[in-house]
Amino acid sequence: MTVAAIGVDAGSTTLKVAALDAAGTLLWSRLEPASPRTAEQATALLAACASEAGPGKGAPIVATGYGRDLVLGAVRRVTEITCHARGVFAQVGGACTVLDLGGQDTKVLALGASGRVLDFAMNDRCAAGTGRFLEVTAARLGLSLEAFDAAATAAHHEAVISSTCTVFAESEMVSLLARGTPVEAIAAGLHRAMARRVAALARQVGIRPPILASGGVALSGSVRRALSRELDQDVGLPRHAQLLGAVGAALVGLDPSSPGPIRVAGRPRPV
Amino acid sequence: MTLYASVRHGLAVTGGRAVLGVVRWRDTFRRPRAHPHLAPPLRSGVRLKELIARHYLKGRTASSAVPVAWVTSGAPVEPLVALGYHVHYPENHGAICGIRRVAEDLCTAAESAGWSRDLCSYARTDLGVVLTGRTPVGRLPRPDLLVCCTNICQTVLGWYQVLAERFGVPMALVDTPFLYGTAPPHALTYVERQIEVLVEAAERAAGRTLDPGRLHAVTRRSKDACTLWREVVDRARHRPSPITAFDTFVHMAPIVEMRGEACTVDYYAALLEELDGRVARGEGALLEEQVRLAWDNLPIWPRMRWLSDRLAARGAALVASPYARAWGELADLIDPERPVASAARVYLHPILNLGIGQRLAALRALARDCQVDGVLLHSDRSCRPWSSGQADIRDRLVREDKIPALLLEADHSDPRAFSEAQASARIDAFLEGLGA
Repeated sequence: MTVAAIGVDAGSTTLKVAALDAAGTLLWSRLEPASPRTAEQATALLAACASEAGPGKGAPIVATGYGRDLVLGAVRRVTEITCHARGVFAQVGGACTVLDLGGQDTKVLALGASGRVLDFAMNDRCAAGTGRFLEVTAARLGLSLEAFDAAATAAHHEAVISSTCTVFAESEMVSLLARGTPVEAIAAGLHRAMARRVAALARQVGIRPPILASGGVALSGSVRRALSRELDQDVGLPRHAQLLGAVGAALVGLDPSSPGPIRVAGRPRPV
Repeated sequence: MTLYASVRHGLAVTGGRAVLGVVRWRDTFRRPRAHPHLAPPLRSGVRLKELIARHYLKGRTASSAVPVAWVTSGAPVEPLVALGYHVHYPENHGAICGIRRVAEDLCTAAESAGWSRDLCSYARTDLGVVLTGRTPVGRLPRPDLLVCCTNICQTVLGWYQVLAERFGVPMALVDTPFLYGTAPPHALTYVERQIEVLVEAAERAAGRTLDPGRLHAVTRRSKDACTLWREVVDRARHRPSPITAFDTFVHMAPIVEMRGEACTVDYYAALLEELDGRVARGEGALLEEQVRLAWDNLPIWPRMRWLSDRLAARGAALVASPYARAWGELADLIDPERPVASAARVYLHPILNLGIGQRLAALRALARDCQVDGVLLHSDRSCRPWSSGQADIRDRLVREDKIPALLLEADHSDPRAFSEAQASARIDAFLEGLGA
């Protein structure tokens, strides 16, 4: 198996690299917390990919994520929306709704039968409904993200958190703690508050089943359960959910023309 | 009006005209810097720059030399022009402040004096100018009369009341009932009576009487200029489009602030001729037009260049907008034989005085006429009348007309309401979806 395309997803929270063979099989991947020096980190991970997965001579590198312009050697730079759409469509093969739950933003994509992005919505200039919301609130409860997930799963009832603003939700949390509300109930309430925000975005776009959640936050079972309850439909987890941006970018490298032409127009961007 | 001010004004205008004429002559021979994605700028831009500079230069020395009126962008201006007023448009000036990136400082000055950040950034910019005296155009003339027409929003009412109190000058109000169709007779009569009162107030403030012959001539020139402007924006029907919406946002300055003047008619005739030349040669405003887009709402003045470059780099031509079209679409209603009665009809029907259904219909017609592949809707924090209902309009375009549409949050002047990273992510993803 030789590497035929490499995708780099330089996200706000993590940097992911995925290498695919010509058939689209994932050969190698790596995920690291995002460093402030995106260019150096991406270069180091690409070097690790070359030494561990083979050089993949001529394999195109496609970059996505907020730091995509900083990835040296990328022949294409495309948005996360196109990449997540491509990554999910490769598994679903038909119309669906993708909830891309990232560290700093949440996107909802409506894919048509051919895999084309028919419509999308993103969270406004606010961390509500994103991974950051969970990170901040979990930290306030003194829990790791895994323990936060487990606490929400173990809850017998949900505390009502009315605000989806990260800062105001934290204030609500403090007053609930002061009233002796169990941590599990608060954790469950926070997951529900986040799910409400994401569901509102999804309804803006219009839901086409099946619904799949991608991005790092999708790995949380409590998040997916809260979303399923809010949307009244199962929310599935695709394979390589957290890597899907990088996998999708590599898929663009394998076949840039379908679905929908993708190109980096104009002069090459400075890197 | 004083003799000294009149002489000084006359000298400034004559001298300024001469200097600006030389500058125009020099600029005519300047070779524009080549852009990687855009055609060379329209040659008419040189003349446009001269006209705008001349307008603001006249304003500098207009106080006490000629009567001065500050008016809202949708106000019936023809009687004022016929009475010899120098007309200042705070909204246009606000756009200039936005382009020159001084709006934020001026808005902050108004906010420090107590006005809310939720107030329109044109209003905050103008109040900031009044409070600080700072303006990128040198100096603004003091008004003798304020003319406030509510056909664009209700904010202008409070804004102009503040100006009236500050300057101690009369304010003429033209209140225009909101329409969900064509205006009923009582609405027309109501507005016509108010324009008559406006004329009386303008005559009093100017100390002269309106000459019906001059009003006829000014109204005729308004009609001619609006008709030509409509032709200009309609040239975007051609593929490739010889003009972008960004061009129209800049080239619309004379139709807004020099409506009724002879130079405006001449200017648009020349611009149209230039565009027709481009059409005949098959030249587009973009070197490579791949997809065509429409724009809804006011531009984001401080980020126009950025947005234009970003779209052009992907071959996306922003060809049309209901905003620029608004100043031409009512040309047929203007009747120089019945200047006041027809003004009542014209100034009742601007797009901002119409219901959301009519705005959707206008956008659909524009999308059809200009064969656009997608629509960018600017949800303008400052312009609530235009921004309310946009989410529904977007949904209807996407679902019923199958036209991809993107809602972008920003502000027409205040750069603090714009996030480049957020906007870039949305625009890039939208264009990828269109195949650009």
